[in-house]
Amino acid sequence: MTAAPSTTYIGTRTPRKEDPKLITGQGVFTDDVTLPGTVYVSLVRSPHAHARIRRIDAAAARKEPGVVTVVTGQDAGATGVLPVFITVPGMNGSKHMPLATDKARYVGDAIAAVVADSRQAAKRAADMITVEYEPLPVVVDAVKALEQGAPILHEDLGTNLVFTYPVKGGDIDKAFRDAEVTVKLHIVNQRLIPNAMEPRSVVAKFEAGELTVWSSTQIPHFVQLILAVNLGLSQNKVRVIAPEVGGGFGSKLQVYAEELLVAHLARTLGRPVKWTEDRREGYLATIHGRDLVQDVEVAAKRDGTVLGVRIRTVANVGAYLQAFAPGIPTILHAFIIPGAYRIPAFDCEVRGAYTNTTPVDAYRGAGRPEATLAIERAMDRLADEIGMDPADVRRKNFIQPDAFPFTTISGITYDSGNYEPALDRALEMADYKSFEKRRAEAKARGKYRGIGLSSYVEICGLAPSKANSALGVGWGGYESARIRVHPTGAIQVFTGTSPHGQGHETSWAQIAADAIGVTPNDVEVRHGDTSESPGMGVGTFGSRSLAVGGIAVHNAAQKIREKVIQIGAHLLEASPADVVVEGGKVFVKGVPEKAKAFGEISMAAYLASNLPEGMEPGLEATTYYDPPNFTFPFGTHVAEVEVDPDTGSIEIIRYAACDDCGRQINPMIVEGQLHGGITQGIGQALYETAVYDASGQLLSGSMMEYHVPTAADVPAFSLDHTVTLTKTNPLGVKGIGEAGTIGSTPAMVNAVIDALSPLRITHIDMPLTAEKVWRAIRDAGEARR
Amino acid sequence: MSKITITVNRTEHELDIEPSLLLVDLLRDTLRLTGTHVGCDTSQCGACTVLIDGSAVKSCTVLAVQADGAEVVTVEGLATDGELHPIQRAFSAEHALQCGFCTPGLMITAVDLLGRNAKPTDAEIRDAIKGNLCRCTGYNNIVNAIRSAASEMRGAATSVEAPAEVKR
Repeated sequence: MTAAPSTTYIGTRTPRKEDPKLITGQGVFTDDVTLPGTVYVSLVRSPHAHARIRRIDAAAARKEPGVVTVVTGQDAGATGVLPVFITVPGMNGSKHMPLATDKARYVGDAIAAVVADSRQAAKRAADMITVEYEPLPVVVDAVKALEQGAPILHEDLGTNLVFTYPVKGGDIDKAFRDAEVTVKLHIVNQRLIPNAMEPRSVVAKFEAGELTVWSSTQIPHFVQLILAVNLGLSQNKVRVIAPEVGGGFGSKLQVYAEELLVAHLARTLGRPVKWTEDRREGYLATIHGRDLVQDVEVAAKRDGTVLGVRIRTVANVGAYLQAFAPGIPTILHAFIIPGAYRIPAFDCEVRGAYTNTTPVDAYRGAGRPEATLAIERAMDRLADEIGMDPADVRRKNFIQPDAFPFTTISGITYDSGNYEPALDRALEMADYKSFEKRRAEAKARGKYRGIGLSSYVEICGLAPSKANSALGVGWGGYESARIRVHPTGAIQVFTGTSPHGQGHETSWAQIAADAIGVTPNDVEVRHGDTSESPGMGVGTFGSRSLAVGGIAVHNAAQKIREKVIQIGAHLLEASPADVVVEGGKVFVKGVPEKAKAFGEISMAAYLASNLPEGMEPGLEATTYYDPPNFTFPFGTHVAEVEVDPDTGSIEIIRYAACDDCGRQINPMIVEGQLHGGITQGIGQALYETAVYDASGQLLSGSMMEYHVPTAADVPAFSLDHTVTLTKTNPLGVKGIGEAGTIGSTPAMVNAVIDALSPLRITHIDMPLTAEKVWRAIRDAGEARR
Repeated sequence: MSKITITVNRTEHELDIEPSLLLVDLLRDTLRLTGTHVGCDTSQCGACTVLIDGSAVKSCTVLAVQADGAEVVTVEGLATDGELHPIQRAFSAEHALQCGFCTPGLMITAVDLLGRNAKPTDAEIRDAIKGNLCRCTGYNNIVNAIRSAASEMRGAATSVEAPAEVKR
C-alpha cells in the first residue's frame, strides 16, 4: 500500500455540489427530456398471471387518431433477449423477451407496445387492443412452485427450480450431536417494492446513424453494451445518458424491456420516443425485492457458544430471471449468514423458484438483509432459550479483533473487523443498562417496552474480478475513472459510477482534491454519460461505488499529481522529491512564496515547449481499479419500542446505531445514507409488504396499499461510528449505502419480540403491523387463559 | 378548449387548454417547468406539490382550469431576485436531499407549514410533511432543515421589527 493519504478535504462535511440545481428545480431527470417531434409509448400488459396468448388484435388501435404504430412480440423480436449477468452452477435460465410472445407469466408482463403522438393517445389506443388469452393455472408461492404438479412457467425447462445452491463448511452433524441446546426459526422475508421516488423513464432518438438513450438507470454502460449488441449497432454509435436519477435501490440495476423497446422504436421510426412508467405500472413492471423463506436451526452450548448453523432457503425469483437475480439469494445471502460470528459448522442450501409474479432482483442490501435477519433473529432466540443477555450471546461468538484476517466458515476472508467496541458504543447510546427500569415503568402504564439489537457484517466493494468470475458473475468488478486537466487548470473527473442520490459529485471531488493538491471547488465530477466517461463503468450498486470507484478516482488523481510534480520540479529547477502541491500551488518544500500556480503547470503541459526530457504533452489520466478483496463494514443497531396492547401499534422510542465503514470521506453523506437505509429497514420490519392473491393479482398495487414509511412513521436516529480501516484499499474505505437497511430490520423485529416476551410471544411474521401484533397479543392472552 | 389566466412564479399566462388537463401537466408540459415532479398516480407521494394562493396542493389532484385566476408558485419560483429562499438554503445545509426528486414538493410543503406556524415542533413538522414521501433521507435531515429554516425566518422577521424598538 502507498503512504497514508492526504486528508485535507477527506473527512470533512463538504457541502454537496449536487444541491444547487436540485433545490432550484434545474435538475434534469429523464422524463424532463422532451425533444421536438417526440412520440410516446404505452404498453399493453397482461391482466393474467399465467395465460397463453392466442391472438392479438390491434386493428382498432391502429385506426385511433395520433397512433403511429403498434408492435407485438413477433415484430419486436429484433430487440433480442433481456440479459442475465450471473450464472450459478446448474442454473435453469429463462428466456426473457421484451414483449411476451407465447405466454404471459405474470400480471404486468408486456404484450404489445403502442406508439402515438401523445401520452394520452397512446394510452387510449392501448386500451383498444384486444388480446385473446387462455388462462393457465397459477403459482405465486415459491415453496408451492417446487412441489410436484405445480404449474410450470417455462415449459422448455420442465421445472420451476432455478437452482440449488449449497454452501457448506465444518462438520454440521457433529455440531448438532454436540449441541446442548438447539433453536429453530421459520422466517418469511417478505416481498418488497423498491419505490424509488422517480418512476422509470426512457427517451431515445436515432439521428445520423447514432442512437442516444436517456434512461433512469444505475448502470448506463451495461445498457449501452446490451443496446449495441442486441440491436446490432456499433457500440461507438450508442450513447446512453443517465441524467439525474431519482433513487434506485437496486430497482434500476437492470437492462429493462422498455430500454430495448424504446431504442428499437426510435431507430425504426426515426423519431424521438419516450416512455415513462405510471407508479401503478411500475409496481408490476419494475423488479421487486427480498421474498424468500428460511428454515434456520442453530446448535449451541448452554453458555451461548454457537456450534453450527443449518439453513434451508427457498427464494422466489418471480416469472423470469432478471439481470443480477441469480446472485442475490445465493452469493450475497448464503456467504454472509455467519455474519460477525465464529461459527464452526455451516450448512446452507438455497433453492430458487419461478413463480407467476413480478421478477425479483436486488433491493437495497440484496441478500445481506435476509442473511442478517436470519442470524440475528437466531441469536436472540438462542439468548431467550438459555436465559442469557442477547448482547452477551453476541460477544461470546464475535470474531475477535486479533483473529483478522479471518476466513469464515462459509469461506470468505474478512480482512479486518472489531465488533465489540461498536456493540458497546451502540448499547451505551441506547442506555441499555437501565432498560429494565424503563420496561417496568412502561408496564405500570399498561404498555410493553422492548429493546432489540442487531450486529451485522456486510460484504461490500463488489468485487474482485477473479472472485466475480469464480462465482459466476459474467463481468469484472472493477471501476474506472478518467481525469482531464484542461490547459487553464480546470479539472474534470469522469467516473464509471452512476450515482442517483449518493453524492459522488462531492465525495469524488474531495478525494481528487486531496490526491492532486487542490480544493474540491476546483474539481468537476461528471458521470452517467457513456460518450465522455472511460470505456466501461460498472455502475452504482452493492455499496461498491466508494470502495471501488472512489479508489479509481484516487489512483487517477495520484497520476495527475505525479505528473504535476515532475513538470513543477522541471520549471522550478528542483528535485521532484522536494516539490509539493498544496491548495492549487506547486512549490519547493519550504519555499511557498516561489510557487507556480496549478494552472501554470497545466498550461506548460499543453504548451509542451518546456517539459522534462521525453515527457508526453498533456495532463490526463485514466485508471481501472480492480479491488483485491471485498470490504466488510460492520456495526450494531439498537431499537427501543413500546407496544400498545389495546391497539397493537408500535412506537419507536429510540434508535441508536454505531457503524464502521472505515474512513469516512464526507460524514454528512455517510449519516444521510444511514438515515435512509435505516428507514427502509424499519419499513420492512413494520410496514411494507407486497401481497399477491392466489390468482397472481398484486393486491398491494399502488402507494395506497403499500406503506412507504412517512416522516411520522420513523423517529430521529442517534448515530455514532468506530473507524476500522480496511487494508484492502489505500483510503481504508468500505462502503455505507446498505448498512442501515441491513442493521435495522433485525433490530426492530428483535425489539418488538422482546417487548412481547412477557406474553411468551417468540415470533410474528413481518411486517409487524398493528393488526398482526394485536392478534398475536390476543392469541397469547387466550392461550394463557 | 378552455381559456384560463394563471400566474405562475409571478408571471401571468393566458392559456387555451383541454379541460381535462391536470395542473401538473400544464406546469411540466405546457410551461416546461419541470422542477415539479410526478412520482405516483394516486396522490400519495407529494412530489408534485405546489403553492396555490399560498397553500400547498398536490398539483396532480387539480385540473388546470380549477387554477384559473390563481397564483401558483413552483420550486422554480421559490428564489426571489436570485436570492434562495431560506428553506432552499436549509435543505442544502442540513443535507435534506439526496436524489432530489421529492425535494421540490417537500420544500413547498415546508413553506406552507412555516407560513402557518412560525415555530413548529418536530412532531408538527413530521405531521405536516407526512403526505410527501422521500425514500432516500429517512426524513431526519428534512426535519432538521425545516426547523433551521423556521429559526432563520423568525430571525429575519425579528430583525425587520428591530428598528421600531430602536425608535422607542
